Amino acid sequence: MIDFIQMLLSGVAVGSSYALMGLAMVLIYKTSEVVNFAQGEMALVSVFMTYLVLAFHGWPFHLAFPAALIFSFFLGCFLEWAVLRRAKTPNILSMIIITIGIEMILLGLVSWKFGADPKTLPFPIGPYDAFLVGDLFISHLEIMTLVLALVIMVSLFLFLRYTRFGMAMKATQQNPVAARLMGIRVNRILMVTWGISAGVGGIAGLLIAPTVMSPFMMWDPMLKGFAGAVLGGMTSLPGAVAGAYIVGVVENLFGGYVSTEFKSVVAFVIIVVVLCVKPSGLLARHYVKKV
Amino acid sequence: MDRKRSYYEDVALFDSKAKLFWFFVLMAFLVAYPHIVPSNSYIYMANLMAINIIVVLGLNLLVGFTGQISLGHAGFFCVGAYATITLMIHAGLPFIVALPAAALISALLGFLLGLPALRLEGPYLSIATLGFGISITKVIGKMQFFGGRQGLHAPELTIGSWNLDTDLDFYYLAVGLTVLLTIAARNIVKTRVGRAFIAIREDDIAAQTTGVNLTYYKTLAFALSAFYTGLAGGLFAFVLRFIEPEMFTLLMSILFLAMVVVGGLGSIMGSITGAVLITWLDLQLRHILTIPYIGDWLRTLSQSWFSITGVSNIQYIVLGTIVVLIMVFEPLGLYGLWIRAKKYWKTWPF
Repeated sequence: MIDFIQMLLSGVAVGSSYALMGLAMVLIYKTSEVVNFAQGEMALVSVFMTYLVLAFHGWPFHLAFPAALIFSFFLGCFLEWAVLRRAKTPNILSMIIITIGIEMILLGLVSWKFGADPKTLPFPIGPYDAFLVGDLFISHLEIMTLVLALVIMVSLFLFLRYTRFGMAMKATQQNPVAARLMGIRVNRILMVTWGISAGVGGIAGLLIAPTVMSPFMMWDPMLKGFAGAVLGGMTSLPGAVAGAYIVGVVENLFGGYVSTEFKSVVAFVIIVVVLCVKPSGLLARHYVKKV
Repeated sequence: MDRKRSYYEDVALFDSKAKLFWFFVLMAFLVAYPHIVPSNSYIYMANLMAINIIVVLGLNLLVGFTGQISLGHAGFFCVGAYATITLMIHAGLPFIVALPAAALISALLGFLLGLPALRLEGPYLSIATLGFGISITKVIGKMQFFGGRQGLHAPELTIGSWNLDTDLDFYYLAVGLTVLLTIAARNIVKTRVGRAFIAIREDDIAAQTTGVNLTYYKTLAFALSAFYTGLAGGLFAFVLRFIEPEMFTLLMSILFLAMVVVGGLGSIMGSITGAVLITWLDLQLRHILTIPYIGDWLRTLSQSWFSITGVSNIQYIVLGTIVVLIMVFEPLGLYGLWIRAKKYWKTWPF
């Protein structure tokens, strides 16, 4: 029983970082129908910039982390402004390929600058600091990931629901032309959405970095976050969060009870099975195209 | 003028004498190529190019013509390679039987993946194919039957009494198959099946109302694409004579997709140019520091700003930049550039 709770707990903790990545991807997909494969690498750049200022320039934590978030916000804005907006034929396929191209560029830049060998990010909490509750082993970092993820989700929800900007984002995703006629600057909304999404992704990256840090560190969380988001339905924020937690928990339980070897595969098998039954994911309304 | 007067003119393999002439020039060049290049590495490069052309033809049938995205073609490539070697070692089949059999196994998997793909599109399809590509290599890599992490060594390659133990012999096999498969692909896209694929790409509901059987043609596209890729995988196993699961990564799938995009979505000529260009770039960029002028400049740049250990990663930057630029400015790739150039010169000097 204690094993089960332990696995559930680490599943939830892993799921939180997946959920952040999934949220970031869904934010972009909802407003602009772009599947952002560069999400992981955008976070990667922020993480390595943080590493740079912390390890080589001696910035204190309370300065470095906000700076990292501001940096990732502007990185997201810049990529939307400089690349995505310039696309000639913005259909789904070409957008996917453009983001894959961006991903390759960012990955190449980071691994050119820092080499392929693993690094350790200076972090206020060590990756192995933990406390015991009864027989439960709870690491500080896991708790922090969980709490931060919840805080971000709630604040995103409030932001989208109760601010003028959130309302404008909603309007943009429902009907860009009508939104534009109502005086909303659609381009600016898209740009800022990319910025916010990059910021959310950057937080996920910073929470993953203390345990593993190498140029390929974001691939797994990004793919699992994406898988979770697809599982819940790409157009629904709560769906993405739920899907990511399902992926994290099932993955850990499968790893504990069935086989650790195929742990990383199981997520994709669930995805294919669920998509066979519900092609738009668990929580999204099925969208039927009209001709 | 390229106005067509009858259907048979449209499906004809060579619609003008000039094309026939250039085709024979190309064939003569391909036959002579291994004898006029200075070293063996050029033949090796040509072998890799031939294999990538086959993969890209298959992937283009799916992505470019049918409009179904796939990020899992490294999976089919892996299946083809492993199935060929396993059939030869464990079932004792000769190469000439094992290769098509492996391609058929890959096609069967493609058909199976095509079934859930019937209901999926956009991001849903991309994650399903991506998941397939990652899972299949993981599963194969974990099974002892397939050599596990150590990988497999390719057996002796003989066809009848012809022993293909050098790159030169293999060149004629690979290039011969590539020419055949290119003609086959060209015929597929010019006739009924290809037109059905294109109709599905443009609008699947409209295609269905005009009588295109969506279930049949979508799964057929997946199976055909997987067949091509599996065949290429089987050949690939004999280029390196050694395969291991770590070769068939997501990056490989992405590289295949990059070849399709750079060459031109929905174009046979584009598939060939894209595969040739990216394979060449990939091989050149691996030892970028030895290129004259650029290499020295990059070395000083790396030493002062970046790191010298990670300099091989420049290939990602270059390939990514090419992909982004092509997608943003010329969505039809090199083939699109060619069409534009042709149109420009047609009425020159006016």
